[in-house]
Amino acid sequence: MSSLSATIQDVFNEPGCGKNANKSEAERKKGCTKQLQPGGAAGGCAFDGAKIALQPLTDVAHLVHGPIACEGNSWDNRGAKSSGSNIWRTGFTTDINETDVVFGGEKRLYKAVKEIIEKYDPPAVFVYQTCVPAMIGDDINAVCKAASQKFGKPVIPVNSPGFVGPKNLGNKLAGEALLEHVIGTQEPDFTTPYDLNIIGEYNLSGELWQVKPLLDELGIRIFSCISGDGKYREVAYSHRARAAMMVCSKAMINVARKMEERYGIPFFEGSFYGIEDTSDSLREIARLLIERGAPDELMARTEAVIVREEAKAWATIEPYKPRFAGKKVLLITGGVKSWSVVAALQEAGLELVGTSVKKSTKEDKERIKELMGQDAHMIDDMTPREMYKMLKDAKADIMLSGGKSQFVALKAAMPWLDINQERSHAYMGYVGMVKLVSEIDKALFNPVWEQLRRPAPWENAGKNWQAKAIAQMDAEAAELAADPEAAEKARRARKICHCKTVDLGTIEDAIAAHALTTRDGVKQHTNASGGCGACAGRIEDILAALPATAMPAVPVLQAAE
Amino acid sequence: MAIVTVGKKACSVNPLKMSQPIGGAFAFMGLRGSMPLLHGSQGCTSFGLTLFVRHFKEAVPLQTTAMSEVATVLGGYENVEQAILNIYNRTKPEIIGICSTGVTETKGDDVEGYIRLIRQKHPQLATFPLVYVPTPDFKDAFQDGWEKTVARMVEVLVETPKTAARRDPKQVNVLPGCHLTPGDIDEIRTIIEDFGLEPSFLPDLAGSLDGHIPEEFVPTTIGGIGVEEVATMGLASWTIAIGAQMRRAAEAMEKKTGTPFKLFERLCGLLPNDEFLVFLSEISGRPVPLKYRRQRGQLADAMLDAHFHIGGRKLAIGAEPDLLFDLSSMLQEMGAKVTAAVTTTQSPVLERIKTEEVLIGDLEDLENLAKDRGCDLLIAHSHGRQAAERLKIPFYRAGFPMFDRLGAGHQLSVGYRGTRDLIFDIANLIIADHEDNRQPTPDTWRIEGAGAPGEGVAASLH
Repeated sequence: MSSLSATIQDVFNEPGCGKNANKSEAERKKGCTKQLQPGGAAGGCAFDGAKIALQPLTDVAHLVHGPIACEGNSWDNRGAKSSGSNIWRTGFTTDINETDVVFGGEKRLYKAVKEIIEKYDPPAVFVYQTCVPAMIGDDINAVCKAASQKFGKPVIPVNSPGFVGPKNLGNKLAGEALLEHVIGTQEPDFTTPYDLNIIGEYNLSGELWQVKPLLDELGIRIFSCISGDGKYREVAYSHRARAAMMVCSKAMINVARKMEERYGIPFFEGSFYGIEDTSDSLREIARLLIERGAPDELMARTEAVIVREEAKAWATIEPYKPRFAGKKVLLITGGVKSWSVVAALQEAGLELVGTSVKKSTKEDKERIKELMGQDAHMIDDMTPREMYKMLKDAKADIMLSGGKSQFVALKAAMPWLDINQERSHAYMGYVGMVKLVSEIDKALFNPVWEQLRRPAPWENAGKNWQAKAIAQMDAEAAELAADPEAAEKARRARKICHCKTVDLGTIEDAIAAHALTTRDGVKQHTNASGGCGACAGRIEDILAALPATAMPAVPVLQAAE
Repeated sequence: MAIVTVGKKACSVNPLKMSQPIGGAFAFMGLRGSMPLLHGSQGCTSFGLTLFVRHFKEAVPLQTTAMSEVATVLGGYENVEQAILNIYNRTKPEIIGICSTGVTETKGDDVEGYIRLIRQKHPQLATFPLVYVPTPDFKDAFQDGWEKTVARMVEVLVETPKTAARRDPKQVNVLPGCHLTPGDIDEIRTIIEDFGLEPSFLPDLAGSLDGHIPEEFVPTTIGGIGVEEVATMGLASWTIAIGAQMRRAAEAMEKKTGTPFKLFERLCGLLPNDEFLVFLSEISGRPVPLKYRRQRGQLADAMLDAHFHIGGRKLAIGAEPDLLFDLSSMLQEMGAKVTAAVTTTQSPVLERIKTEEVLIGDLEDLENLAKDRGCDLLIAHSHGRQAAERLKIPFYRAGFPMFDRLGAGHQLSVGYRGTRDLIFDIANLIIADHEDNRQPTPDTWRIEGAGAPGEGVAASLH
């Protein structure tokens, strides 16, 4: 396990990680081991994250070493698409039993690799470590090495038992496995000045194929995609690419950065969600490739394609704009999508009332602020009840989120659209944007809402869930209005810094007690803005507003912000 | 009749099986105000959660003790305590059901002991219902998790009636297996109530996972049977157990309360339902209502109409033991030949399936058997879709999970009416496949005849 913990430390020390850069030396050593609260909501585990990141490699056999839970409960649950092999959709697991737990599962693992190679003959086998074999001390590195030698085929250990941390750590451990065992192990047949790596893109619902035709047209070759519609060989020779585009930095920044370090492949972080973002990304790809030796004329051709595609997309979206006037969207997603989708929606003329930043990095948050203004409603982590309040309070017309929170909206008879990994539509590139807009239109104007919001004729309209929730919220608001003491308390309880959970009252007290005038002073005394830094602007606003008068009362529901 | 064999592969390919703890958690979802809690690392819970959400398209309550690497090594007392307190304080449940996982079983956490300590330390939990079931992932399967959990519920939650207590002749207990959908449970409830009886279902997934718009947003289960109702189950005159897996719980009930039980191993098909209705008629003292006499006629007619299509089909079926027994028996009675049968775990019913061999294996095994033996109808849960695609044979989805079609919670297979609809669904599937893919052309005749003379005839005689 020592090499695993070393790898984890290494991942935590990632200089490209915004969160890390904000931490002190001592804090950085502790890593991101912040564990989920027992009995709090459940996210995925490190194994989950590793599997998600690598499974879109389509011609590889993904073998899960563990009891049936890890693969039996989860296989074939994501909609990545493949242009060739379908072996990635096959569930392989050692399904270890009690005897293996007592006597060790290494032999079974070795035999399992052998069976897979004999029956399916994939170019490589990826072996995922899970909690139980990690506990009983199965050394998958050794088994993989032995199997590799014996069968003359890469057998790659992905050391990612669930209990070492959350999904995101697993994404990075998957990246480390590629860096250590795959990238740079083979050579391409030929290279061109137009060879591009795409990192952190998973080709869900075949999204990548919405952009690929444009790249093809420009002569840009997707040299290797890590890992959407990827093939083992392409990843193995990906170190010969000229440039890289980093799509989901939260998951795979370590891969992009280390490839830059080791092989001098420059990368940029971009998105293909939204018209302007797509254009920016295309430009950036062209710029990086030219920088690495592609002819200058590439830029002119890229601009021409952008002009043509943008015009086409705008023309298709135009008719929706009057329909969307005054319509508001609540966005509950994470990571790169929290800003890339914001841009996309604003382009369609929709108003955003909030976006979730639960999984976003500092850079993600900065971008949201750029797009939505300093006081953007950035939602950290919400209980379903809070989400509902948010829907109601902000008077949103539609919620976009992942599958697990859909019922909050649907059961409240609110339009909802899936924008997470289980979605069935692709929203990438110029065509994807048009698709998203048309899907939102379909959801918003479906006549079903009007019928569903009607109570059954024999039911008291005041008794349904919505009516009760609204009444409850109105009562809370009235109570606060009637009781200045409680109102003040609620105002002071408003969270300013979500990372360090610092409320307005604490900051005001600190300012008063120590006569603070700067944000750094506030940070020193309260720890506010010591995390992602997204609240720096809010603290400066507080400092600016305080000397004159007390802050204006904030409605209690806004505390959910 | 069938020989039960266990697969010998080191690598399970395309698992049919799901893990035991989520089977246990599933049972807890049939209790009102319940929060199932898996004692393990986050993924153990999150995979199960996603699976249930994809199947039922409902918000699903399921919690984790979020074991980290360190907590796993040192033991999970604190995580269990914190999880229980957090759930108790935040979501105000009526019961918390705890299942262990592979991780915590490998470590050997003594959760019963933890619970005693937690009750001592926190008096507010002294009498709060906490039910613990050991369910290691590396043993048994989904159905076993359900079986153990329901038996445990009976042992912990049902009260032994005081000697003076009189049994209520109207009250009957129903212990449904996990192969029954919420729709099945509603159907069985209607049938029993039509005899003037008052059934209590343990667990009761109808009302909990049957698709509904709740009056209020609650983080625990909605609907299901309440803890106080479970406590009174000892006063019932009869316990009806459905599926061989429920024998254990029925025996626990009899042992604890003296309530006699009757086990119905299956409720799909004509004869099993005849037996069921006669039993209900006997214990209620009422004749079988006219409605069911008519439904029986409709089922008989459906069987007549459909036997042309289902008869002679070579069935490949992969399912958990009770569902396998149920569906394959009904289709065998319709003239289909159970040609390939794969299941997940041991059960006494397997030997009685009318086929040569039942394999405890995976979907790769089922696919290979189906291919070798020329099966022309495949039944499995949604994961069977890839095999059916490759085999190019009609595919009927049955069991859990069913994530790529709607209405999984309402699919019916029990009662005369449920059997009738199921037979129509399967027969229509076969007819559509025949129209789309099996129309003869001059060429197909020639090719089939040329290969092995007489083979085509022999195949159709099976």
